[in-house]
Amino acid sequence: MSMKHPGTSAIETKGLWGAYKWLILRRLSQAFFLALFLVGPISGYWLVKGTLASSLTLDVLPLTDPFIFLQSLLAGHVMETSAIIGVLILSAAYFIVGGRVYCSWVCPVNVVSDSASWLRRRLGWKKTGIKLPRQSALWVMAGVFVTSFVSATLVWEFFNPVTILHRSIVFGAFTTVAFIAGVMFLIELIGGDRIWCSRLCPVGAFYGLIGKVSLVKISAKNRKACNDCMDCYAVCPEAHVISPALKGEKDQNGPVILSGDCTNCARCLDVCSEHVFEFSLRTKNTMDDVRPFEGDADKDSTKAA
Amino acid sequence: MTQTKAKQKTVSRRDFLGNAAKGACGVGLISLALGAAVREAEGKLPADAIRPPGALAEKDFLSACVRCGLCVRDCPYDTLDLADLGTETVTGTPYFNARKIPCEMCEDIPCVVACPTGALDKSLTNIDDARMGIAVLVDHENCLNFNGLRCDVCYRVCPLIDEAITLERSANERTGKHAVFIPTVHGDKCTGCGKCEQACVLPDTAIRVLPERLARGKLGEHYRLGWEEKRKLGKSLIEGQHIIDLPDRGYSAPAQTDTGGYKGFKP
Amino acid sequence: MKLTRRDFMKANAAAATAAVAGVSLTAKAADAAVPGAIRWDKGVCRFCGTGCGVLIGTREGKIVATQGDPDAPVNKGLNCIKGYFLSKIMYGQDRLTQPLLRKKDGKFHKEGDFEPVSWDEAFDVMAEKWKEALKKKGPTSVGMFGSGQWTVFEGYTASKLMKAGFRSNNLDPNARHCMASAVGAFMRTFGIDEPMGCYDDLEHADTFVLWGANMAEMHPILWSRMTNTRLTKPGCEVHVLSTYEHRCFDLADNGMVFHPQTDLAILNYIANYIIENKAYNQDFIGKHVNFNATTTDIGYGLRPEHPLEQAVANPGKGKFDKISFEEYAKSVSDYTLEYASKLSGVPQDKLLKLAQAYADPDRKVASYWTMGFNQHTRGVWVNSLLYNVHLLMGKISEPGNSPFSLTGQPSACGTAREVGTFSHRLPADLVVGKEEHRKFAEKIWKLPDGTIPPKPGYHAVLQHRMLKDGKLNAYWVQCNNNMQAAPNMNEEGYPGYRNPENFIAVSDPYPTVTALSADLILPTAMWMEKEGAYGNAERRTQFWRQQVSAPGEAKSDMWQMMEFAKRFKIEEVWPEELLAKMPEHRGKTMYEVLYENGNVNAYPLEKITDDAGNVYDNDESEHFGFYVQKGLFEEYRMFNTKGDILKKGHEMAPFEVYHKARGIRWPVIDGKETLWRFREGYDPHVKAGEDVKFYGHKDGRANIIFAPYEPAAESPDQEYDLWLCTGRVLEHWHSGSMTRRVPELHKSFPHAVIYMNPADAKKRGLRRGEEVNVSSRRGEIKVRVETRGRNRVPEGLVFIPWFDEGALVNKLTLDATDPLSKETDYKKCACKVMKA
Repeated sequence: MSMKHPGTSAIETKGLWGAYKWLILRRLSQAFFLALFLVGPISGYWLVKGTLASSLTLDVLPLTDPFIFLQSLLAGHVMETSAIIGVLILSAAYFIVGGRVYCSWVCPVNVVSDSASWLRRRLGWKKTGIKLPRQSALWVMAGVFVTSFVSATLVWEFFNPVTILHRSIVFGAFTTVAFIAGVMFLIELIGGDRIWCSRLCPVGAFYGLIGKVSLVKISAKNRKACNDCMDCYAVCPEAHVISPALKGEKDQNGPVILSGDCTNCARCLDVCSEHVFEFSLRTKNTMDDVRPFEGDADKDSTKAA
Repeated sequence: MTQTKAKQKTVSRRDFLGNAAKGACGVGLISLALGAAVREAEGKLPADAIRPPGALAEKDFLSACVRCGLCVRDCPYDTLDLADLGTETVTGTPYFNARKIPCEMCEDIPCVVACPTGALDKSLTNIDDARMGIAVLVDHENCLNFNGLRCDVCYRVCPLIDEAITLERSANERTGKHAVFIPTVHGDKCTGCGKCEQACVLPDTAIRVLPERLARGKLGEHYRLGWEEKRKLGKSLIEGQHIIDLPDRGYSAPAQTDTGGYKGFKP
Repeated sequence: MKLTRRDFMKANAAAATAAVAGVSLTAKAADAAVPGAIRWDKGVCRFCGTGCGVLIGTREGKIVATQGDPDAPVNKGLNCIKGYFLSKIMYGQDRLTQPLLRKKDGKFHKEGDFEPVSWDEAFDVMAEKWKEALKKKGPTSVGMFGSGQWTVFEGYTASKLMKAGFRSNNLDPNARHCMASAVGAFMRTFGIDEPMGCYDDLEHADTFVLWGANMAEMHPILWSRMTNTRLTKPGCEVHVLSTYEHRCFDLADNGMVFHPQTDLAILNYIANYIIENKAYNQDFIGKHVNFNATTTDIGYGLRPEHPLEQAVANPGKGKFDKISFEEYAKSVSDYTLEYASKLSGVPQDKLLKLAQAYADPDRKVASYWTMGFNQHTRGVWVNSLLYNVHLLMGKISEPGNSPFSLTGQPSACGTAREVGTFSHRLPADLVVGKEEHRKFAEKIWKLPDGTIPPKPGYHAVLQHRMLKDGKLNAYWVQCNNNMQAAPNMNEEGYPGYRNPENFIAVSDPYPTVTALSADLILPTAMWMEKEGAYGNAERRTQFWRQQVSAPGEAKSDMWQMMEFAKRFKIEEVWPEELLAKMPEHRGKTMYEVLYENGNVNAYPLEKITDDAGNVYDNDESEHFGFYVQKGLFEEYRMFNTKGDILKKGHEMAPFEVYHKARGIRWPVIDGKETLWRFREGYDPHVKAGEDVKFYGHKDGRANIIFAPYEPAAESPDQEYDLWLCTGRVLEHWHSGSMTRRVPELHKSFPHAVIYMNPADAKKRGLRRGEEVNVSSRRGEIKVRVETRGRNRVPEGLVFIPWFDEGALVNKLTLDATDPLSKETDYKKCACKVMKA
């Protein structure tokens, strides 16, 4: 299997749909969330008003981004009740579905990042670019909190490409859309693989913290079937999260990918021809949850080879 | 049931300290960079960008506004807009340009109602109490009314006509038989809605809504306007001291009339 | 999700913005910043009756700038905001430059679309229609609706064309909607038209009283003068009466909001107060005044079959009979302070203060009024009632003591009134109803006896009714937008225009509502695109030279009328017996008979220059081959100067003098202007020792005419529960056809709103800015609610300005008129307001 073309064998065994199902669903989800915001300005029927920062759905459901809320709180402002309710609802939702689900299923920058990453693979640039420590995004997040407190302002909202991009799309500032998308693409393409999304973006880091405790998780339940093709590592935006679960057999680790960094993007489900991964819950992480190996002789021999 | 083995990651004390120091350094550097960049970006609100009614003081506003645009969406007149990247106004924050579309001063103040965070203060319930800025007649030389013409469009479009803008009358000494009607803004009433700025018929407006910091002077603490003090009190401040006025020898002043003369003072 | 109010408003706001953007493209003054010499010449403002002098700056055939004439006595260089934008009014992008005819399959068709045609084709079709009408139904089937914005020359041309040429008195100006009640009262009280005083009263009076005049907005420069006097003259006071608070109340020492129509009672109360306190000027009334009482219960000028008319005892009767002073005193004695206050809703102390101002012999009182008085179903009466007060006190015809009718239009006096464009009038106050007047006019015009028909023609409102009824079939509208301006548009206006029996031609510079309702649109030269003359409210006649040429094929109204006259052989318009009296006219065209009569063509074409040596065009004179304007004016002047004139008092200066002066106030005698009429020393018609002489009447006396309070035609009731008052705003002239094409003016007041009392809005659950349906028994319009701003209306009354062709308020108004003056009451009808 080539690092340039991960998922080839998955296509062979599962067909195109099987090998791209989650990617397609994820793109649909991203489009869906954007569309929710766009229906109003385009048709005049307001399903959702506002932006990802804070919105009002069907004139009743308030949602407010908890990361922005925290900045505001540190900056010395206590928001109105409706915003606080919105924060609670949204936090609860991500607690259930997974913190960085925001990154892979909602965030518009993700599309840019995925495209850059795809091109990097095709160009064989996987290893090029700046290397930053894994915690760097957390440092940025901490930095944002510190400066928000010190300078009493919503620091990240001056720069946040996620909200700027989303807002520009929803409010029709298309020059800005092109500019932000272009800059993000170049950063991700030249700066290093996923350098923004997994190494710098404090929003992702923040949702990662929720991800450390969130419920829905991906489990390498069928890890015994793994044929070590490495395709999952090739496509995973946070490749380091896989090993403890996939290769945890000998350390008596459970099959669930526990790392908050995992975005639940489910790309590993797509590219795995052996159906190793599936969605599961944080709680199903005992050795009993690992499915016994049921592979046929062919697969066995492949593995042995 | 087989329990998973607890993750046993041994971290040496040295490693821990090293990582902590690295982290603290990283956070510190990032904070410095962010702080500097924010100071650069924050700047001051440009004079022609006006915040929606009820907006907190600019500094507080920037700590409260999440740039969601809900106020923009609920503005029935498309007055409000979100600042785009690359403009002087902080990106994503709501503002309006009075010369283009002024605030129509809705009775129900939908923008304030829409704000989820309190960046637009919910305690503003009477739009007349809004203080978005203060209109200032900036160009006396080109203002048509200052030249004696009868434009006074700014006055007539004012939703608080005769309160926020009055026409102060005086004689036109040049013609000898006309009056001059000076549009005069009263800062304690002006909401800064900008109707006057929008309506000014000059190619470049002679009346502009400015932020209060640019619009107003301040009288020294050491001085009072005597007639204003008397008007507020409704009587002389030294009433009760039995001040007398001796009669004048050989002269009797003409009787006072209620009307006529230059703006006869009526306490 | 349903569409919320805000979304809806937003959609509308977007539409409105688009409209503004559209309009902003339509008008652009030529760039005055480009270097090059500008030629400056004297002119006069195109808008209201004030008559502000302006200087016109022309370069390369375009008016690039204007300025207030710093030496003009009226305005001393000042202008209002409309006057400031004069240079832009001619350059709207949708200026009409070609005749447009409704056509289908290459031929005229009533239901066709407008297509450009040549003047020849336009006049061919139009003349055919006029000839057809004349042949079928005679001269009463043709008619014309003119304007107080016509130049004096144009009005005079029209008067001759219709009354002598077509032998139809169906000629009326839009001044019928504006000044007719004032005219009626002038004739009844003084026997001669137009004010006795002048603008100098504004500096001389001690007390100013405004009766239904919003001078602050409608006569901005005169208001400026009045304000100055109020500021600088010790003891000066201003009283303002209106049915709602407008900008004049800002200056008022005594502001009074009265219930509609009760001005009649207030004026009788003042007369009663004067008599009860024996404050009247015994000497003056003994020598100069007759007392009379007018016929009452005279109806409302509606169609005779209207229920309101059926109940009336003396419909349209204007007869008044002499009574004694005692009888007069008894008549007004019913109007006590208590009664007047109760009826009008004005507190007693305010009424008393007003009455005292009139009754104080030491105070000079100037009263001003405009449409509040004139657009009134008892307009002539209420004008007279005010004269009664002034005459009782003898406060008239001297500096500062002046009842003064302000005119709305730039030449309501000069054109509509002085040269006889009303359906009952001839030039110089003569009327068609009197044989000697007709004979005198025929003599000057060199026409056979009996040319002018004796019966007054259809007045403005009647013209619309007759169009609808198919009795008036060929119709020409010039220089005004009467579809938008006339009352009850749905029921009485539009049906007549679209009646298949009729052919309607409209001459206008712009595609107005009226033009678009017509069958033929004729592109017109406006304002400085022709030599002209206007007469303002203080009898001041002001001339200007042609400054620029009209765009495309646009032609002046005068050119159009004279050219149209060429299309008729005199045999086609006159009967044989008339022609037999002057056989020398046989075979001539109507044009030759009327305008090549030796008077009008008496002055050869000359090079028109000013003293600085600038040369000016005169397109009409060049076209017709003689100095048309001069010929017309000099012929008109004969009405005032010819040896055996019937009515003195209208003397004008020779033509050339006006081109050299900044306006001259008639009568002009011995090279001098007249500022105050009827008083010795000021008016040369009053001989030494006569003191005061109202020489309009043979006995030299003015008439005090008692008239009682009578209710309005339509008052609010259960269903239509609000008074509707309509009017103008400072920013827009009349129907907005010019001022709405100036982007800055459009922006300053883009759309009509309904001014409503906040309590009335609240009662109906309406918010400021919300769109509402305003309806009357005759139609409905949509406008937005305004509970703040310049006009503060009392509960129970709403005000809607009429400039906005997007919200035609005359769909709502009632075509009730003063039965005497035939002027519509635009200030009072009943309407209701509902959420849109």
